[in-house]
Amino acid sequence: MNNWPLWEVFLRSRQGLHHKHVGSLHAADEKMAIENARDVYTRRSEGVSIWVVESKHIHASSPDESEALYDPANDKVYRHPTFYDLPDEIKHM
Amino acid sequence: MVPIKSLEEKFQAAVDAEIKIEPKDWMPDAYRKTLIRQISQHAHSEIVGMLPEGNWISRAPSLRRKVGLLAKVQDEAGHGLYLYSACETLGIDREELFEQLNTGKAKYSSIFNYPTTTWADIGAIGWLVDGAAIMNQVMLCRTSYGPYARAMVRICKEESFHQRQGFEILLTLSKGSEEQRAMLQDAVDRWWWPSLMMFGPSDKESTHSAQSMKWKIKRKSNDELRQQFVDATVEQAKILNVTLPDPELKWNEERGHYDFGPIDWEEFWNVVKGNGPCNKERLAARVKAHDEGAWVRDAAVAFAEKQAKRRAEANKVA
Repeated sequence: MNNWPLWEVFLRSRQGLHHKHVGSLHAADEKMAIENARDVYTRRSEGVSIWVVESKHIHASSPDESEALYDPANDKVYRHPTFYDLPDEIKHM
Repeated sequence: MVPIKSLEEKFQAAVDAEIKIEPKDWMPDAYRKTLIRQISQHAHSEIVGMLPEGNWISRAPSLRRKVGLLAKVQDEAGHGLYLYSACETLGIDREELFEQLNTGKAKYSSIFNYPTTTWADIGAIGWLVDGAAIMNQVMLCRTSYGPYARAMVRICKEESFHQRQGFEILLTLSKGSEEQRAMLQDAVDRWWWPSLMMFGPSDKESTHSAQSMKWKIKRKSNDELRQQFVDATVEQAKILNVTLPDPELKWNEERGHYDFGPIDWEEFWNVVKGNGPCNKERLAARVKAHDEGAWVRDAAVAFAEKQAKRRAEANKVA
C-alpha cells in the first residue's frame, strides 16, 4: 500500500461545468484510481465525469511568491469596466 | 458496435434536452468539424484583432487612454488563448491551427481588414465592433459544446470593459472641438456598415446556419442578432450626438424594431475573399510575428531541456 501513488481527483458535477478538485486518494494505477474515486467521491451522484491525475504531476505556485505573482494586477483598475465613466442613460454596457 | 444512426439520435436528444456536449462524448464528425472551424476562426479573430488597435498604443492621446488600450489588447490575446484551448479539446493541435491562419487557409473576422486611420477609430471599434461581437458572444455562452461555452463565459465577463472604454473615448470626442466631433462622425460613418456585416450573411443566404441552429452551436440567427445590435446601438448613438450613415434607419412601431437599409454584400464578400483594404497587411504582420518569435520558442525548449538535464545529473550525484 505504501508504494501506491497518490492521485488527485476532479469531478464534473454535471455536463457543461468544469471539473473541480474534490480531494485525493491512493491507488495502484489510473484504472483503480478512477474506480476508487467513484466509490469515495460519487456515492451520492456527485459527478458525471471523473479525472484523476497523479499528484506528482501537479505543479503548484508557491504561497511565498504570492505577492510577486499577483501584486502586479492590484493597481490596474483600468482593467475593470467600472473605471470608465458612462452616462446613466447607457444601460447594459 | 452501436450503429451511427442511434448514436446521432442520442446526441441530438442530448442537445435538445440542453445537456452540454463534452470532449469525450460521442459527436457527429460534421459537428466536430463545424466547431473546429468556428472556434478557430473565433480564436484567429481575437489574435488578428490586436493588430488594428495595436496601431494606436504608442499614439494614444493620454496615459489613461494608453493603459486602457494596452489592457484591452492584452485581453484579446488572452481571449485567443482561451479559444485555442477550447478548440484543441476537439482533437486538433495548436501548431495546425496557426498553420491554417498563417497560410490564409483559415478565415478570421473580416472587420479587422479595415484600417484604423484616426484615434476615433479606437473608440468606434470598442463601441461598434466589440458591441457587435458581444451580441454574438453572449449567445455563445449557451452554445452546446461545453468547453466553448465556458470559454465564452470568461470572455464575456471581460468584454464589457472593452465596449465601455470605446464608448468613453467617443463620448469625450463628442464633447470636444469641432474637429474632434468631425473625427468621431467620420469614424462612425466608416465602421457602421462593416459592423453590421460582422453578423454574417442574411439567414436566407447563410449556408451553415440551419444545421448550427439544430445542433445549438448557434442559438440565434444572423439576422436576429443583427437586429438586436441595431436596436441597442441607435439609442446609444443619440447620446454621442452622431448620425448613423443609413437614411433608411427608422423606428418601426409595428415590428417594435428599427428598420435599416440594405447591406452591401458585394463589399462583404470582396473583403472575405481577401480584397479588403488591409487583408495582406494583417496576414503579413501575423506571419512576421510568428516567424520572428521562433527563436523565443526554441530558446524556451532548449532552456527546459537544459534544466531537466541538470536535475537528472543532480539526482545522480545525490
